[in-house]
Amino acid sequence: MTTPGAAMPAPAPPTNPETTQFWAATADGRLLVKRCQDCDTLIWYPRAICPECSSLRTEWFEVSGRGSIYSYTVNNRGEGAYQGAPPFVLAYVELDEGPRMMTNIVEASAADLEVGLPVEVVFHDTGQGAFLPRFRPLRS
Amino acid sequence: MTIRGKAHIAGAYEHPERKIPDKSIAQVHAEVAVGALADAGLSLRDVDAYFCAGDAPGFGPVSMADYLGLVRLRYTDSTETGGSSYVAHVGHAAAAIAEGKCRVALITLAGLPRSQPVPRPAMSAQAPEAGFEQPFGPTTVSMYALAARRHMHEYGTTSAQLAAIKVAASQHAQHNPHAMLPKPVTIEEVLDSPMISDPLHRLDCCVISDGGGALVVVAPEVAADLPRQTVKVLGHGESPKLTAGGRIDLTYTGAVWSGPRAFTEAGVTPADVDYASIYDSFTITVLQTIEDLGFCEKGKGGAFVADGSLLAPHGRLPFNTDGGGLCNNHPVNRGGMTKVIEAVRQLRGEANAPVQVPDCQLALVNGNGGSLGTRSAAATLILGQEDA
Repeated sequence: MTTPGAAMPAPAPPTNPETTQFWAATADGRLLVKRCQDCDTLIWYPRAICPECSSLRTEWFEVSGRGSIYSYTVNNRGEGAYQGAPPFVLAYVELDEGPRMMTNIVEASAADLEVGLPVEVVFHDTGQGAFLPRFRPLRS
Repeated sequence: MTIRGKAHIAGAYEHPERKIPDKSIAQVHAEVAVGALADAGLSLRDVDAYFCAGDAPGFGPVSMADYLGLVRLRYTDSTETGGSSYVAHVGHAAAAIAEGKCRVALITLAGLPRSQPVPRPAMSAQAPEAGFEQPFGPTTVSMYALAARRHMHEYGTTSAQLAAIKVAASQHAQHNPHAMLPKPVTIEEVLDSPMISDPLHRLDCCVISDGGGALVVVAPEVAADLPRQTVKVLGHGESPKLTAGGRIDLTYTGAVWSGPRAFTEAGVTPADVDYASIYDSFTITVLQTIEDLGFCEKGKGGAFVADGSLLAPHGRLPFNTDGGGLCNNHPVNRGGMTKVIEAVRQLRGEANAPVQVPDCQLALVNGNGGSLGTRSAAATLILGQEDA
């Protein structure tokens, strides 16, 4: 069986002033979320407003980069930058700190995948400054 | 204010073609507009309100109003919530009519994704979520696959149970001369079809078709003067379902909120519903929606669909008797319009004879737009027979 995600494209993300720091941190191997300075909620995807309490006071917060698979699928039909790419895994990972984020699972065969599988972040270079936070099975 | 009984659907028209290589999108909007107005016994000159969504070419509702010659407009609405838009539009039209803002509302949908395929509308790079989703390659099917996988994990739902939804739709489609896929299929055929994004197979996915549809919603005094049997709008509800700042739950849809709002306004319960049009972008969409609307307990949708509940005319909840998006028609990848149209047929007693629900008094329509894998928007309607 081929390993989903082999030779996976790494398209550059659209960025804007609200997210510049997030992507800069990925180049240093750090995964950031936002934290509300008023109600302490950890916020994903990162944004300037807290969707829980409406506070406009949010700050960057570094997470451990560990979590577990909340859901996953092996997509055989990529589109856009993934058109014609080998099958790859789209997933939600629930970070140990709580938030669930869309990502890819890499370095895993389809048979290894299951909901709840512990994973850790790896960063894939887009070649344009930003690195994509993807996850692989936790190597403990 | 309630809209209960304050507006009627007087005209409904589904374009009969599924592949239209030789026409423009605006032209198909015009054909369905004229078709629905003719069904109502009205004309474009009677229209004083126009509703359309993102499929309408040009500038909001204005370009199509101009093209159609809608010179008497005093109300427009271009609410865009994907496939649920047209279900929402009926509710908005009923509210506008109830407030006296207009009397004859036209709603149109048309598009040509089969003959004139354009790249799937990529998420706008300006969408606030774009950088955190787009680079990971989400596609429509794969996002619904994420929802299906999680539902399976939490509730033990199986691929065979999802396949039963497609099987029921195909049983209905065989009686529809316009259906794109009129051949009945078996559970095994669904499970043996190519895996697109696991656990969703090709036959778990709706068709891609050219075409469209239109509706005419009118004030009761207008309905009273028309020769055609009309259908009463009894209740309407809407709700977006959001990603909740990272606390997304993939096991339910916005119908958990839009459904109760519509039932309350109509003064009815799920047990009263004779027929349901449930948007079926994928089999998992139907499964989650019937749970969310209260037709069965949360997590028990698999067992509910597997025992033939969805089959017309005698199942517990006959659904999508035209074959739905899974087998009949899915113009512009937006299912809400055809869902309303088939509910109108059922309430008029004009569905294809083998799938006409006997004495169909009360129908529910549910639309969903966006993606169950991220953010979506549900809209629910309760419709009743003219004398309901």
